[in-house]
Amino acid sequence: MRTESDKKVFFYKNPIALIFGLSAFFMMVQCQQNPYAHGKIMYENFCVNCHMEDGTGLKGNIPPLAGADYLINHADKLPCIIRYGINEEMVVNGETYHAPMEGIPQLKEVEIANIINYINHEWGNNNGYTSIQAVRKQLETCE
Amino acid sequence: MFKYKYFFYLFLVSGILISACKTQPDTLPILGNKEEIDGKMVYHEIPDFSFINQDSQEVTNKTFEGKAYVSDHFFISCPTICPKLTKSMLRIHDQFKGDDRLLLLSHSIDTKYDTIPRLKKYAVNLGAQSDKWHFVTGEKEAIFDIAEDYFNIAMEDSEAPGGYNHSGRLILIDKDRRIRAFCDGTDPESVDDFMEKIAILLKEM
Repeated sequence: MRTESDKKVFFYKNPIALIFGLSAFFMMVQCQQNPYAHGKIMYENFCVNCHMEDGTGLKGNIPPLAGADYLINHADKLPCIIRYGINEEMVVNGETYHAPMEGIPQLKEVEIANIINYINHEWGNNNGYTSIQAVRKQLETCE
Repeated sequence: MFKYKYFFYLFLVSGILISACKTQPDTLPILGNKEEIDGKMVYHEIPDFSFINQDSQEVTNKTFEGKAYVSDHFFISCPTICPKLTKSMLRIHDQFKGDDRLLLLSHSIDTKYDTIPRLKKYAVNLGAQSDKWHFVTGEKEAIFDIAEDYFNIAMEDSEAPGGYNHSGRLILIDKDRRIRAFCDGTDPESVDDFMEKIAILLKEM
């Protein structure tokens, strides 16, 4: 009959169990440190050239994302903008921008959600979360 | 006890040596091909040019007579390196705002889309002073050709993002049309170093 101490020995001495345990631990730690790792990678691939690594955009021409009121006031528009772009006047932090932005149509819903969650929690932003379901619903109403 | 003394002297000597090292030269080299003609060294020069700026004013070499200037090639709808280039140029513009010995010249390589009104809007949005930072358009081939003189590449490429293939160098030209420094406009550290070089050039003017 296996006793408690037998079970403990099994865990410590069985390498597979140990690796599994350690991986689970490290994954948890990683998630605590950077919960939007995928969104960050997506941002760096598709958005950083214009909106910059620090989210400040280009004065007067490309709106910032860091501290941008637009992300809060027009949160429901974000999925459509990311996928299809935008070519209309928009006011961000009191400044008017009217340079067209190209969309990235190949992005999947999960990728769009991850990007939005990343930019909403980076550079001092603390704007709440979106889900794949919410993104899917918002994409149905794009113009 | 003996050990600490050793380290102290090592520290002192290294400190003296390090401070003696200059990270920037006193004077900038003249860059580009050069050849000796009739016993005199002839350096690479920016050739004659004539473009139109955001205020519909003609911009030629005369506009930069007696001045140093920084030049780049970009286009407004560029999805790749241009926003970073313009941001670096803006940094230089703001840093040397009060010094009218330094001007800036940005060439648009998308002569079709970047019309004068669009260039004007772009410049105004940036807060660029008109007579300090010229955004120019002109004959497409002339703009592509002169890019090479500025150590840059600019050409149409239907496969490239945005339709143009071009490099992101910022070039510093002195009052004699010669290239004295350049940097990668997308790399902030490269631009930091470049701005120090601009200061060195202005000192000798």
